[in-house]
Order: sequence, then C-alpha cells, then structure tokens
Amino acid sequence: MNQGLQFDDTGRLRHLLTIEGLSRQTILEILDTAESFISVGQREIKKIPLLRGKTVVNLFFEFSTRTRTTFEIAAKRLSADVINLSVGTSSTAKGETLLDTIRNLEAMHTDLFVVRHGESGAAHMIARHVPPHVRIINAGDGRHAHPTQGLLDMFTIRRHKGDFGKLKVAIVGDILHSRVARSQIHALKALGVDELRVVAPKTLLPTAVEKLGVIPCSRMEDGLDGVDVVMMLRLQRERMQGAHIPSEHEYFNLFGLTPVKLALAAKDAIVLHPGPMNRGLEIDSAVADGPQSVILPQVTYGIAVRMAVMALIMGGSPGRREETHPVAASRARAVVTTRKRK
Amino acid sequence: MTAVIDVAAALARMVEQLQPALKNNPLMIGIHTGGVWVAEHLHQKLGLKEALGTLDISFYRDDFTRVGMNPQVRTSHLPVNVEDRHLILVDDVLHTGRTIRAALNEIFDYGRPASVMLACLVERGGRELPIEPQVVGEHAKLAKNQHVKLLGPGKLELRIQEGNG
Repeated sequence: MNQGLQFDDTGRLRHLLTIEGLSRQTILEILDTAESFISVGQREIKKIPLLRGKTVVNLFFEFSTRTRTTFEIAAKRLSADVINLSVGTSSTAKGETLLDTIRNLEAMHTDLFVVRHGESGAAHMIARHVPPHVRIINAGDGRHAHPTQGLLDMFTIRRHKGDFGKLKVAIVGDILHSRVARSQIHALKALGVDELRVVAPKTLLPTAVEKLGVIPCSRMEDGLDGVDVVMMLRLQRERMQGAHIPSEHEYFNLFGLTPVKLALAAKDAIVLHPGPMNRGLEIDSAVADGPQSVILPQVTYGIAVRMAVMALIMGGSPGRREETHPVAASRARAVVTTRKRK
Repeated sequence: MTAVIDVAAALARMVEQLQPALKNNPLMIGIHTGGVWVAEHLHQKLGLKEALGTLDISFYRDDFTRVGMNPQVRTSHLPVNVEDRHLILVDDVLHTGRTIRAALNEIFDYGRPASVMLACLVERGGRELPIEPQVVGEHAKLAKNQHVKLLGPGKLELRIQEGNG
C-alpha cells in the first residue's frame, strides 16, 4: 500500500494510515508530543483549546469500545466537536457506498475522519479521495494496520522500560489475523529493538514472516526466554475461517500466558494486551491482573497518544517556524490566514 | 550584530519593585523557558516559601493552525492551587502580549486567582493586545527586525539580534 500518501510535499505527516514507512524520528516526535499531553489528563479541567472549532467524525464500520471511546475523549480534550457514526445506524446499511458516505460527511465540513473498517486499505482509499484540508486517521483496517495502537504500545514500553535499543520483545498469539501485530512490528523495527520474536503456532504465523526482520518461534519456551516485553494479542476467532487451532483448551495450555510461562521472561518483564482480552484463552487472569501487567495504563496512554496524533496532523508546520525568524513573522501570517477564512 | 543588556541590574530592579506585593503572600509562576529562569531567580531572592509554578503555553497559542505543535512541550506544573491566590506571572520578554494572553487562559483552566500581576525582565514595544506589565526590569526601544533573546539557565544573558523578522 502507498505509504507516501500520508505525507505532504514537504514531508509532513498529514494522515496517519500505517506505521510502515514512518521514520524513527517521526515516531519519537509523536511519543514526545504524547508525553506532554499526559499532564492534561491529570488536571481538574481536562481540556485544552488546540482543536477548537474543528469537527472530528469517528467513522466505525466495525464494532469497537476502547478505540472509539479513547479517540472521542482525545478529540474532546482538544476541544474538537466529535460525531460518532457506527455502521449499524448509518446509511451504509441502506446501500450507500463508502465514498458517498465520506462525501456527504465532507459536505458537513468535517476536518478529520477517524476510520475503522473491516477491509484492508479502506483508510488509504478514503485518504486518496478527500480534499487536501481533510485528514484521515486509520483506527484499524482489516488485517492491515492499527497505527495508533502500535504507537500507544511503543509509548507504554518507553514509559516502563526506557531505551528500545536494549530490549528483547516477544509478540505472542494470533499474528496471522492481527493488524495490531503488523503495526507493532513496523514500529519496533523502526525504533531498533535489540531482538523481536513472534510466538505462535505455525497455523497463526503468516508465511515468510521472518522477512519483516522478526524471529519466529513456535514454542513459548523459546519465545519468552529472557524477554523484557511480552505483547499479547487477542485470538481473533471472528476472523478465523477453518481450523487454525485444535481447541481453545489446547491453545491455552500451549500459548496462554500463565504465571508459569511468564516466569520464563526477564524478572521485571512487562505484559501488554491491546484488548479486549479473552481471559483463560490467550491470557490467564493471574497475569492480566498481576503486578507485571500494564494493560490498563495502555488505555490511559492511548488517549494521550491519540491527542498527539490529532494535534500533529491537524496543526501547521513546526518546521517552518525554525526557518523564518520567530514569532512576529509567523503571527503576522496567522492573522492573514484567519482573515482569509472569514 | 549583538548588544547586551545588564541582566543583574534588571533583576535587581524587579526584586525592588516586587517588595510591596509580598504582603499578599503571592504565588509565583514562570513561563517556559526564559520566564522560568527569571522566576527561579526572583523566587529565591524574594524568599518565597511555596514552590514555583511553571507554564508551557504551547497548547494555548493562537497560531497553532499556522505553525502547528511544538513537539518539545514542557509540562505545565502548578504545585499549589491558584484558586483565590494572588499570582505573579513572570516572563523574560514582553513583546506582542500574545504569550501572556495564552498564559492567562491556561491559568484560568486551573482555577480563579484573586489577582495576576505581570513581571517581565524586558519590556519592548510592539504590543498587539491590551496587556501591560506591573514590574519591568528594563525598557528596551527596539526596531521591528530586532529580537531580544535570553540565554541561560546558568548565567542569564540578554542578546539583541537583528533578524529578518
């Protein structure tokens, strides 16, 4: 898929469609920006005026609680107006095409679409067809990408474990069906982790997965040995056609993360899960609720990371501020811009 | 071309002018980055007991749609509740007044202070908003293409530079 689509002519991020193709520097810039938004969530008035007067549409063709809610909270904390549309209540159910839906919402002067869709490439397709001032964030497309989840996982790892260069990371579970795994792999490779393993039964590993620069492991004993970070994935039963696992019971026995298996990892290893969890299938409750779990902090960080992505793609160019000299010049331009809009 | 303003003398004048305000048991807040350096100095010289507050006004700038986010936003930190307190807001250079407008908006998101006094190391012309300081270290008459920059945080130094702005 075309990654160039998410940048403008000067190389600034305009849409966030996939982590593939983002530089280490761009990812770190997003994480740094998110760090500064953490404090907003801790204040009494959790609102700042950056996106005042902007309209954000959460367009969800697939069910979601956590992602949609955290995008909504993120946009509201930035003072944007937010509209939530789910497929069940929209005119798509009446036969309208995806692009017609988008064009109609555009006609209502939407500034940003947050899109989740069951088809890989849906967000890219929309980004190709919207006018230049409209921004797109991919909130999950088919098996392809879920970039904000990948970024919030990176944020969580950096907060709890620090420097990526020293870390051994294992991604465990249904790699085959997981857009989250793909985004995590691209991010972790760009950030240069020491070692990245993917752990799953062979039936749940994509063919030639090692071409992504990861080490495939089909036993937890090999996969978890000495790792600093364990990233669990949800077993996506709804995307499985045919027999990928012999039985849920056997899957849990072999690949479910129990305290005994977690003991194979480094003593201070952290456990992530993007949610929703299948307790007793891919993860044992004793681990999910245990001291090494950072699963709930992930949700909190997700708000700050989504605020950062929205602020970065909706704002002007920080780069331009460096070139011309500061304040007076850029402010003069700001006045001109505002007048033009009126 | 650079010229230098005597920072030590300017700071001493600010300390002098701030004396009467001490009777209100004020809370001091510096604006990142230069304003915090100036505030740290004043805070120490005035012997204020409560911790210094710091503001990064990046989230409140009026030119966000034009220049975008500054990824190096520092965290605003107001350790003491501002509700009903008398505040001394400190910045290094007062020029257009837009930074102070943003800072006031941010402060009011934390609470309703009893009063806000503005103290700045250098006041130069060019105001675009009705904002005036109560405490000034140095009045500087500068042309539009001249910029004042505070260097720190160790030894504070003011430079006047000619730019293309």
